[in-house]
Amino acid sequence: MISCEKAQLICDKAQYKEASFLDKIKLHIHLLICKTCAGHSKKNGRLTKLCNKAPLHSLSEGDKKTMKQKLHSDK
Amino acid sequence: MASHQLNPNIWVDQYADYLFNYAVTRVSDSEIAKDLVQETFFAGLKSAKNYKGEAAERTWLIAILKRKVIDHYRKINSKKGKAEVRMNYSSHSDSEGDWLEEQVADPFSSTNTNFLENEELGLAIQNCISKLPKKQSQVFVMKTIQGIDTEDICNELGINPSNLWVMIHRARTALMDCLNKNWY
Repeated sequence: MISCEKAQLICDKAQYKEASFLDKIKLHIHLLICKTCAGHSKKNGRLTKLCNKAPLHSLSEGDKKTMKQKLHSDK
Repeated sequence: MASHQLNPNIWVDQYADYLFNYAVTRVSDSEIAKDLVQETFFAGLKSAKNYKGEAAERTWLIAILKRKVIDHYRKINSKKGKAEVRMNYSSHSDSEGDWLEEQVADPFSSTNTNFLENEELGLAIQNCISKLPKKQSQVFVMKTIQGIDTEDICNELGINPSNLWVMIHRARTALMDCLNKNWY
């Protein structure tokens, strides 16, 4: 039986498809027993779905740096 | 009530992604969107003295960006010398009946409302991300939106994987709370 901390870690990794098969089995056994983690895991999955559904874009750190520099030189 | 203040030093960190998202969905070109965001910041600096503090900083910046997007479309239209809406007669040979009727948006098509809803969702998520501590949002964005490998992020930021997962976990928990309040 794995601890709740361990279950959370696997759950987070699973959101990025980085959990191993064995880990996922351990997680699911834990979720059967632990109501709190099951609830959290459900919400976690929903967040992943939302993030995938929304058209999210972001600027890279490099882009932001040049932006800051340009702003600074303009002041 | 003049309770809001401008703080240009944090603009890029706080609002760049939010504004960028807004712009990208409207001009659908990331390079142009980037330029528009940059112009927005410039314009914001220039007219900072006109800021009355009635709206929140972000609302104010979005208002500027809106104008920039409109200006952008004006510019590309005048370059071509034709700011006109073109409607072609439907080229499908199997279409029959009234031309106007065929141009009307399909009321049963859900793609349009879906698109709008998803765009709002995107801005809501971006808004929540901007409320996270800097380090957490950085890791979350790199991992979730830019899809960079765990290893590469660790190398770039000089942290170890278990560090990264703790930050990801805190970020996700905070985002869930934030979205629970603002989205559902």
